[in-house]
Amino acid sequence: MAAPKTVQEIDKVVIRLAGDSGDGMQVTGDRFTNATAVLGNDLATLPDFPAEIRAPAGTLFGVSGFQLHFADHDILTPGDSPNVLVAMNPAALKTNLGDLLPGGIVIANTDAFEDRNLAKAEYTSNPLTDGTLQDYQLFEVPLNKLTLGALEGIKGLSQKEALRSKNMFALGLLSWMFSRPVEGTEDWVSRKFGSRPEIAEANVKAFRAGYAFGETTEVFTHSYSIKPAKLAPGTYRNVTGNTALAYGLVAAGERSGVQVFLAGYPITPASDVLHELSRHKSFGIKTMQAEDEISAAGAALGASFGGSLGVTITSGPGLDLKAETISLGISVELPMLVFDIQRAGPSTGMPTKTEQADLMLAMYGRHGESPLPILAPRSPSDCFDIVLEAARIALKYRTPVIVLSDAFLATGAEPWKLPDVDELPDLSRVFEFTTASNHESGEFWPFLRDPVTLARPWAIPGTPGLEHRIGGLEKSDGRGDISYDPDNHDRMVRLRAAKIAGIARDIPAAEVTGDADADVLVLGWGSTYGPIRAACRRVRTKGHKVAQLHLRHLNPFPANLGDVLRSYSSVVIPEINLGQLLRLVRAEYLVDAHGYQKVTGAPFKAGELESVLLHHLGGAS
Amino acid sequence: MPLTKKDYTSDQDVRWCPGCGDYAVLAAVQTFMPELGIPRENTVFISGIGCSSRFPYYMETYGFHTIHGRAPAIATGLSVTRPNLDVWVVTGDGDALSIGGNHLIHAMRRNVNLTILLFNNQIYGLTKGQYSPTSELGKVTKSTPFGSADYPFNPVSLALGAECSFVARTIDSDRAHLTEILRKASKHKGTKFIEIYQNCNIFNDDAFIALTGRDTKKLNQIRLEHGKPVRFGPNNERGVTASHDGTLRIVDVEEVGEDRLVIHDERALDAAHAFALSRLSHTPTGPTPIGMFRQVDRPTYEELLDRQVAQARQKGPGDLNRLLRSGDTWDVVA
Repeated sequence: MAAPKTVQEIDKVVIRLAGDSGDGMQVTGDRFTNATAVLGNDLATLPDFPAEIRAPAGTLFGVSGFQLHFADHDILTPGDSPNVLVAMNPAALKTNLGDLLPGGIVIANTDAFEDRNLAKAEYTSNPLTDGTLQDYQLFEVPLNKLTLGALEGIKGLSQKEALRSKNMFALGLLSWMFSRPVEGTEDWVSRKFGSRPEIAEANVKAFRAGYAFGETTEVFTHSYSIKPAKLAPGTYRNVTGNTALAYGLVAAGERSGVQVFLAGYPITPASDVLHELSRHKSFGIKTMQAEDEISAAGAALGASFGGSLGVTITSGPGLDLKAETISLGISVELPMLVFDIQRAGPSTGMPTKTEQADLMLAMYGRHGESPLPILAPRSPSDCFDIVLEAARIALKYRTPVIVLSDAFLATGAEPWKLPDVDELPDLSRVFEFTTASNHESGEFWPFLRDPVTLARPWAIPGTPGLEHRIGGLEKSDGRGDISYDPDNHDRMVRLRAAKIAGIARDIPAAEVTGDADADVLVLGWGSTYGPIRAACRRVRTKGHKVAQLHLRHLNPFPANLGDVLRSYSSVVIPEINLGQLLRLVRAEYLVDAHGYQKVTGAPFKAGELESVLLHHLGGAS
Repeated sequence: MPLTKKDYTSDQDVRWCPGCGDYAVLAAVQTFMPELGIPRENTVFISGIGCSSRFPYYMETYGFHTIHGRAPAIATGLSVTRPNLDVWVVTGDGDALSIGGNHLIHAMRRNVNLTILLFNNQIYGLTKGQYSPTSELGKVTKSTPFGSADYPFNPVSLALGAECSFVARTIDSDRAHLTEILRKASKHKGTKFIEIYQNCNIFNDDAFIALTGRDTKKLNQIRLEHGKPVRFGPNNERGVTASHDGTLRIVDVEEVGEDRLVIHDERALDAAHAFALSRLSHTPTGPTPIGMFRQVDRPTYEELLDRQVAQARQKGPGDLNRLLRSGDTWDVVA
C-alpha cells in the first residue's frame, strides 16, 4: 500500500484535453466540467473541435480539444494558457504545446507515441525523449496498455471497444489529480450506456483504474484541491449557451402563455438548440426540422401569423437564406425570433470556430429599409435571459428580433444561478390578441397602430369578424390595403423605422462598470464580455483606471449611449470581426473610437486584451 | 343565415387581365366555400408570388400573401400550430415548381393538412412571359428566343412521386368539375394537391385548347372515375390498357376488348397505378387524364406532432422549475 499522498491547495487551474476527434475529448471534458461544477468551483469552458466528423486518426488537423478553467473565485474566461495538457497522441501534443504555461504539466499517452503517429504529427524525433518537454513536468502514462489491462475479462467487449474507454481512464486520473468526486461520473456512465452493460462496465472500470493509478503509482507525488468559489447563495447548475437558449424559449412560452414553435435546419453550431428544445414537448412546444433554412424561417413566420411565438435558429450562412422571410416579417409586422449562432465565415468558413462577424448582416442584410431589433447575450447563462428580453420585444412591438449568439457561447459552459421562475418577466402582460374592431367605422384595420409603441394589432385567424389579408406588398397606413401611393410608402417606411427606434425608450440605459473617473472606456458586445472584463481587472490590479460597457441591445442602442461614449476621452472597441460595432458607433455618434480586432476562430485571451488596454491607457494618461 | 358567395368576396378590386382564367377559379372557390360549413374566420388562404398569388386579397377570409415559392412552408407553420384552421395554398407553376419546388414536395411528403391549388398556365404571367417549369420543350419566350432547352415537369407525376395523399387535376373553365374536386378535397385529411389548368390569355393563350375546345375536348379529356374502366372519346370508343412493361397506353376499345381496359383505383395505396395514368400525357395537347388520380388515408403531420405532445404530457404538463433544476445542481449557502 502506497503512502497517502499530499494534497496541495491551489486557487485555480486551466486544463486542456487534446486527442483525436474520435477519442472522446468533448465527452470527457463535459463530464469533468460537471464534476467540477458540482463541487462549487466557478468555471468556464472552451470546446474546440475540427469540422471533420472523423479526421484520419493521428493527424494534426484531426485534433479535438476541450479546455476547462476552474477556480475558487469568480472567473471570466476559459483561461488563456493551460496549466495541464493531456495529450492523447503526438498530434495533440504538437498542436497544443505552444499554449501550455512554462512549467506546466503534460500527461502523455506514451502508447500513442510510436513511429507512425510521430510521423503523422510531423515529428522527426520523439518529443517525450528528445528534450522538447524539458521546460515542463512530463507524466508518461501508457494509457492504452493500462486501459486494456483494466478491462481484461469483460465478456463481449472487443479490444477496439476496450481501447475506446481510454478517455475514461484519463478522466479517472484527472479526477484523482484534482480531487473531483467520482459518484456522479459513475452514475452518468450507467445512464449513458444502460443498453450496453459491457460498455458501461468497461467505462466504469477504466475510470476507476485511472483514479487508482493516480493514487498508487509513483509517477504522481501529490494531487490538488480547489475550494468552492464564493458565489452568491442559490441553486446552481452548469449550462452551455445553446442549452440556455432552449430553456429560455421554454420560459418565454410559460411566461407569455403563447405557444412556442421552433423550426430549424441542421447547421453547426445552432443545431443543439433544436435538439434540446425538441425534448420538451411536455410544455406544449412544437419543433420541426425543416427542409431548408428558408422553410424554417417561413414555418416560424406562419406560426406567428397564427398567434404562436415563431422561432428559427441558424448559424451564419443560414441567416443569409432567411433574409427574405425576415423582410416579410418586418413588412407584415409579426413577432418572430431569429437566433444566429455566429461562426467564422464567409460562406462555410470555419463551421466549428467562433466569430462575431454577423452584426452588419443582422443590421443591414435585407433589401429595402428594414430595421429590426438586435440583441446579443454576453455569457452562456445570459443566453437564457436574452431570450426572454427578445420575446418581450418581439411580442410587444410585433417584429422579428435577431439574437446574435456565437460558437464560443453555444458550446462553452459556466455555472448558472438558477432564477426563481415566478420572478421571471411576465410576458403575458406585454401584448394582447386583438378580438374586436379597432376603428370607429366598425371595421378592423390591421395597420392601425398603438400610438405609443407604434405596434399594429395582432388579430389571429379564428377570430370572428377580423378577417383580413396581409402580405409583402406595401400597405396603406392604417387600413392596410395594397398601396402604391408614393407618399404612403414614404410614411410606412418611416413608421416602421420609428417603431424600432422607439424601443430605445423601453430598454435599460447603458450602464458603465469599473472606475467612474476613468479616461478609457472599453465597449464590447456579445461573447467578448468575459475576456474584456478579465483584462479590465488585470489592468486595474496594475493601478490603472478603466471603465467597461457591454452592450446587450445593439439595435436600437440604449438611449444614453452617445452621451456615455462622449464622456470618455478614449473608447476602445475589441471585436472578433474587422470592426463592425466600431463602424456603427462612429457613424451613429461621430465618436472617434479605437478598434481592436482579431479573427482566428478563437475567443480573445485576457492577456492580449490586457496589452491592448495598457497601450491605450498609456496613451490616455 | 347561411353564407353565400358574396360573404367570401372581399372589398378589394380584382386586378387580373380581362379574360384571365383566374377569375373563373376565384368564382368557383367563392361559390363553393359556403358549402364547406366552416366558419369564415377559420379559413386562411396563403399564397406566394405571381398572378394567382393575389388570390388571398380577394377572399373575405384570413389571408397571407407571402414570398416567392415559400407559401407551403409558411402554411406548414400555421397548420402545425393551428391544426383546426382550414388552410389553403394558392400558387402557380412558376411559384410552386421553380423557386418553391423544395417546399412543395416536402409539404406533400409530410402530409400537412393543406389544400394546394396549383394554377398551371405553363408560363410566367406576372413577369410578362418567360417560360415556366411546365412549358413544353422548345418554348419560344422572351428569355428563350431560340426555344427553351429544359424539359417540363408533369405536376401530377411530381406530386405522386412526393407521396402526396390526394392528387387531382381539373380545368379553370369547367366549373362543375372544379367544384367536384374541391368537394372531394374537403373530405380529405392531409395534403390535397389540385392542379388546375388555367388559361393565360395574354402570354400563353389556348395552351389547353385540346382539352377545352368545343371540337376537341371530347377527343382529349380522359375523365377518371373511381372503380370504372378508363375510357374516353365522343362515343367512349377509346380506352387505356396496361402494357407488359407496366406502362399504360391508349387503344381503341373495339380492337382490344373492353375487359382489357384498366379499372381506375384512386384508393390504391401504391401510387404506381396513378403514376402510370399521369404519364399518359406529357403535355395537354392530346388525350389527358382529368380528375382524381389518388386519394389515400394516412395520418397528417399535424396529427403526428399533436400525438407526441399529448404523449409527452401524459405525466402532466412541463414544470419549468423542475426543468431548470434537472441534471447536476448544487447549492451555495450564504
